[in-house]
Amino acid sequence: MIKLLELLVNGVSIGAVYALIALGFVIIYRATEVVNFAHASLVLVGGYITAVTHQHIGFWPALGLGIAGAAVLGAALEFLLIRRSKAENRHILAIATIGIDIVIIAQLTRMIGADVLAMGDPWQNQVVRIGEVSIAQTRIAAFVIAALVLTGFVLAFKYTSWGLSMRAAAEDDETASLMGVRLGRVSMSAWAVAGGLAALAALFLTVFPTPGLDRATSLAAIKAFPAAIIGGLDSTNGALAGGLIVGLTESLVTGYQGDLTFLGRGLGEVAPFIVMVAILLIRPTGLFGVKETARV
Amino acid sequence: MSESSVSHPAPPESAVRAAAGGAGGGPGRPSWYRRPGGYLTAAAAVVLLAIPFYVEVFWLQAGLFAMAAAIGAIGLNLLTGATGQLSLGHAFFIAVGAYGYVAMAAEPAGGGGELLGLGLPTPVAMVGAVLLAGLAGLAFSPIAGRVSGIYLGIASIALVFIGQHLLFNAASVTGGFNGRIVPEFTLLGLSFADTPELVLAGVPFGALERLWYLGLALAAGSALFARGVLRGRPGRAMNTIRDHPTAAAVIGIPVARYRAGVFVLSSMYAGLSGVLLALVFQQTVPDYFDLFLSLDYLAMIVIGGLGSVGGAVLGGVFVALLPQVLTRYADSLPLVVAAGTGDGLAPAEAARILYGAAVVAVVLFIPGGLLPLWQRCRDAVARPRPNSAPPPSDDKEKTR
Repeated sequence: MIKLLELLVNGVSIGAVYALIALGFVIIYRATEVVNFAHASLVLVGGYITAVTHQHIGFWPALGLGIAGAAVLGAALEFLLIRRSKAENRHILAIATIGIDIVIIAQLTRMIGADVLAMGDPWQNQVVRIGEVSIAQTRIAAFVIAALVLTGFVLAFKYTSWGLSMRAAAEDDETASLMGVRLGRVSMSAWAVAGGLAALAALFLTVFPTPGLDRATSLAAIKAFPAAIIGGLDSTNGALAGGLIVGLTESLVTGYQGDLTFLGRGLGEVAPFIVMVAILLIRPTGLFGVKETARV
Repeated sequence: MSESSVSHPAPPESAVRAAAGGAGGGPGRPSWYRRPGGYLTAAAAVVLLAIPFYVEVFWLQAGLFAMAAAIGAIGLNLLTGATGQLSLGHAFFIAVGAYGYVAMAAEPAGGGGELLGLGLPTPVAMVGAVLLAGLAGLAFSPIAGRVSGIYLGIASIALVFIGQHLLFNAASVTGGFNGRIVPEFTLLGLSFADTPELVLAGVPFGALERLWYLGLALAAGSALFARGVLRGRPGRAMNTIRDHPTAAAVIGIPVARYRAGVFVLSSMYAGLSGVLLALVFQQTVPDYFDLFLSLDYLAMIVIGGLGSVGGAVLGGVFVALLPQVLTRYADSLPLVVAAGTGDGLAPAEAARILYGAAVVAVVLFIPGGLLPLWQRCRDAVARPRPNSAPPPSDDKEKTR
C-alpha cells in the first residue's frame, strides 16, 4: 500500500514533467502544423545550459538562462527553417526537424561526452516523509512547479490576447491573418514557449533520483512523444492527460517490475509505448484529438 | 513525372503512353542505346560487377553496407515517399530480418542448447526472414492501416523500443546483449565465406567478394520490383493516397488496405536489408537497431528524393558511405579525428552532423532531393538546345 502510494506520487510528478514536453509538441503542432522531432534537442540544450552555468551564476539564474536559451533556439528554428521552407507538405518539414535534431544532439553529446553533469538544484537528494510515505523533494518540486507552469499556460491560452491569436491561427490561419493576427509572430512565440517548457522539463528529468544530465537524457525526452499522442496532438488538455498517463504507467510498471519479470527487464521504459499503441488502436487521433473530417 | 521517364523494357501499352505523353509532346523517346541514360546504366553495371577484382576489403564492406541501406531505403520510400505514411519503425523490421535469418539458419547452439535455431538451409532462412518481417508488419497493420501521417510515425517509434526490449530480453532467440554469430550463406554448394578458398583471375575471393555479388543481385532485384510496383496500378493508387486520401477513397481505392499492404511490403524490404546486413556484420548486436537507425533511413530517402527508387538508392548509398569514408580519411580531413582521440569530431559524429545538415538543406533548398537535381543536370548535358527560341526556364516552369 505504501509502495503503491509512493509510486503514484512519483508517477504523477514525472507525468507532470512529461506533460511539459508534450505540451510543447502540441503548441508547435497547433501553431505551425509541424511535429517537432527536434524537441529532444531543445530539452538537451536547455538542460546543458543550466548544468554548465549553475556553478558560476547560481542555480536559479542558470535555470532561467537554460529556459531562455532553449526558447531562443526554438524561435530560431522557426525563423530559419519553418518560415523559410517552401515545402507544402508539413510531413517533410517534420523530417527536416529530424535532421536538425540529429545535428544538435550529435554536437551536444560530443560536448557532454561520457560525463554526468549535476544540475546544482537546491533539493539535492533530500527526502520528505509524510507518515510512512517517503517522497524525494525533487519530485515534489517537479510537481508543484510543473503544475504552476501548466496552469499558467492554460490560463494564458484561454484569457490573454496571445492565447486568443494562437487559437485563432490554429483554427484557420488565413482568416486569422486577415483579422490582424500576425502569423509569423504567433508561430515564433509558440516555438519559443515550447523551447522554454522543454528546458524546464530537462531540469526535472535530470535531478534526483536520476544521476544527472548525460547523453541519454534526450532519450528520456522521447518518452514524451507517447504523452502527446495519447492525448491527441492538437489538444492542450490532452497533453496534460497524456503526460500523466505516461508518468503513471512508467512509475507503476517499474515499481512492480519484480512481479513482471517474465516480461523481461527494463519494462518500464517500454510500457508507455505499448499503452500508446493500444490507445491508437481504439482512437487513431488520441484521446482528445479532433477526429479528422474531410469535406469533398 | 514518372510517366515521362518510362524506359526501355516496358510493355507496349505503356511505351505508347510514354511516347504520346512524354517530354511535352515532343518526339518519342529514343531507343535506350541512343539515350545517355542507357550508356550510363550499362557502364555502371560493368563497373559494379568488376569492383571486387580491384578494390580492397574496406570498400567492399562499405559497398555492401550501402547496398543493404539501399534495399531498406527503397522499402521505406515506398511507404513514406510514395504513400505518405511516415514510419520511424524501420529499424525494428531490419532487426526482425537480421535475427530471423540467424535464428532460422543457425543450428541450436550453446552447451545445453540455450540458443534456438531451426537449422534451415540458408536461402530458405533468407526467404523466411523476409516473410517474418512481413508478418511483423502485418501484425502492426491494424495501426498502419488506420493511423496516418505523423500519428503513425510516432506510433512506429513504439516498435523500435519494443523491439530493443525483445532483443535484449528474449535471449534464447536473440542471444541477448552479445547478439549471435550469423551463419554463412550457402547457395547451390557455394559458400559465401572465406573458406573454402577461391581464386578468380588471380584475385582471392573471400566472403566479402562473394557477398558483393549476392548483394548486387538482391539490390537490383529489389529496385526492379519496387519500380514495377511504383509504375503500375498500385503505384498510382499509392500516390493518390498520399496526395489526397479522401479522393482516393472516393474513386474506389481501399485506402486502409493499401496503407497496411504497403506497410507489409516495406517491412519485407527492411527484412531483406537486415539479412544482408547480418551477413556482412557476421554478428548481430541489439544496440545497432535503435531509433537512430530509423532516423538514418528517413534521412536517406529525404536526401535522395522522396517517392522514387533511384532516390532511395542514391540516399542510401550517401548516408551509408559517409561515416565509412570519413573514418577512412579521418587523418587527412580538417576537424575530423579518429574516434576516441583528441577533441576533434569523431568520424561517426561528423557523418551524423553532415547528413543531418544535408536533410535540412535538401528540404530548404532542393525540395525533391538529389535525384531530380541529378536528372536535371544530366538532361541539361545530354540535350543542349543551342538556338531554341523559348528559354529553357520556361519549360521548367511548366513541368512544375
